[in-house]
Amino acid sequence: MLNVALPKGRLGEKVYDLFARAGYECPSILENSRKLIFENEEKGVRYFWVKPSDVAIYVERGAADIGVAGKDILLEYQPDVYELLDLKLGVCRMAVAAPKTFRDDPRKVLKVATKFKNIAMDYYAKQGRDIDIIHLNGSIEIAPILKLSDVIVDIVETGKTLKENDLEVLENVVPISARLIANKSAYKFNTEQIEALTESLAKMTERGNV
Amino acid sequence: MLQSGKILNALGSLYESFGYMRFKMNKFEEYDTYVENKSFLTSDNVITFTDTNGKLMALKPDVTLSIVKNTKDEPGIAKKVYYSENVYRVAGDSGSFKEIMQSGLECIGDVGAYELSEVIGIALESLAVLQNEFVLDVAHLGIVSAAMDEAGLSESAKLKMRALFSVKNVNGAEDLLAEEGVSEKGKALIVSLMKIGGAPETAIPALLALSSEKSYLSCVNELKEVLSVVGGKNVRVDFSVMNDMRYYNGVVFQGFVKGAARCVLSGGQYDLLLKKMKRTSKAIGFAVYLDEIEEALDDVTDVDTLVLFSEKNSAEEVASAVRAERSKGKKVIAEKAIPRFLRYGELKKL
Repeated sequence: MLNVALPKGRLGEKVYDLFARAGYECPSILENSRKLIFENEEKGVRYFWVKPSDVAIYVERGAADIGVAGKDILLEYQPDVYELLDLKLGVCRMAVAAPKTFRDDPRKVLKVATKFKNIAMDYYAKQGRDIDIIHLNGSIEIAPILKLSDVIVDIVETGKTLKENDLEVLENVVPISARLIANKSAYKFNTEQIEALTESLAKMTERGNV
Repeated sequence: MLQSGKILNALGSLYESFGYMRFKMNKFEEYDTYVENKSFLTSDNVITFTDTNGKLMALKPDVTLSIVKNTKDEPGIAKKVYYSENVYRVAGDSGSFKEIMQSGLECIGDVGAYELSEVIGIALESLAVLQNEFVLDVAHLGIVSAAMDEAGLSESAKLKMRALFSVKNVNGAEDLLAEEGVSEKGKALIVSLMKIGGAPETAIPALLALSSEKSYLSCVNELKEVLSVVGGKNVRVDFSVMNDMRYYNGVVFQGFVKGAARCVLSGGQYDLLLKKMKRTSKAIGFAVYLDEIEEALDDVTDVDTLVLFSEKNSAEEVASAVRAERSKGKKVIAEKAIPRFLRYGELKKL
């Protein structure tokens, strides 16, 4: 039985839909119940919903054999897991954004507000830029408006939230999408099953050549 | 803890049966030993303190460096030692220092194909001591390097590619190869190499068919020779084993046991560390991470027999029952009620 950690929310529903189309359905999951764990014995899968940012932790520590996590989470926390497939779902990008009036002054330390501290630090370290990192947990867009920071590093999907707050994208940091991840040890002892699942999912995504 | 004590004993006698000698070392060493090869350590942080003579000392975060320092370059001789020592380093998500019991083995000196296969064979037997179900993943760093040279990757791309190999990220590798403008032939070589894995009987022929470049083939043949000596159905070729290439070269391996979420054994050939120290010796070794195994050992009992007695039984009656069990070599506990959460094999009611 493969334990599969799915990210709760809209992305998770899309991900489950992909799994179902790949032949790993579990109809009881769609019933609106309070249950957290759903099993399809015949297909050998057991799904459970967890907070999206926690998926990697469940997988890394082996509570889940495989899971689906955003590339942002993988880059930020660097969990020790296999990244088997780009599912091409939840496609967006990590970007630097600032108020439209922002002018970069290279003589000053750049104040950067973000939820993704490690990604932001890594990005600026590679440019050799000295920054002051401000770690926030939400509503990042408000930081430059209130002069808490000069710029923000955040996920941009449509750019609508930025626009509504008079912010614009300055640079793209990295493209983001949902990835199929696997626990390294679980992969060793369920190789065939995990490889078969990866292949079926790959056929469902555009690439189809994994 | 008792269980891991037993494991340590079993590992020790396994290593001694191959002529490896126990290496006992000090709890602390001069900080200089570690600072020069900081990146060889799994974490940068070392606990330091100043000795009475003003020297900066460190609680050992690693054993290998100390052992390497204690060996000489002698032709024809390979120094064979093992250790089980507490090391002190930052571990887990907590970000704080931990005392970790580590057991391992090093073979340093005139190391050739025999020594390589011996150490990998012992690694395999170590895993068998830990658990019935286990896998040893083996790779050869030279194969990956040669393939990346052949594909014409830049130095910075090689670094990224190694990270992609270690997480089996085929999609990421394809993107990177496209970004680098690698030829179709080069792309196919890298991507196929990434996907090769499994039993040596199928993986080695697949590797041999991939490229006819000289240094590539010599590495594949080295791996082939070593694995054919080692044998065993629990060995798999897997190129996600990617130890730090500043120190490691050649054959590298990682062991997994069922029930433990992370790798419990890790090692490889680290000639480059010795080269950095201006030494001519070659070396191979591995470490067993006992802290990772503990969770896999959950299904053991605390005692073999629980002797349940009441006020009615005389002390002598209970004592003889305990004696009888102990004479059979069993672990026994005598209680008047069954302790909560005690895991026992057999219940004997007097």
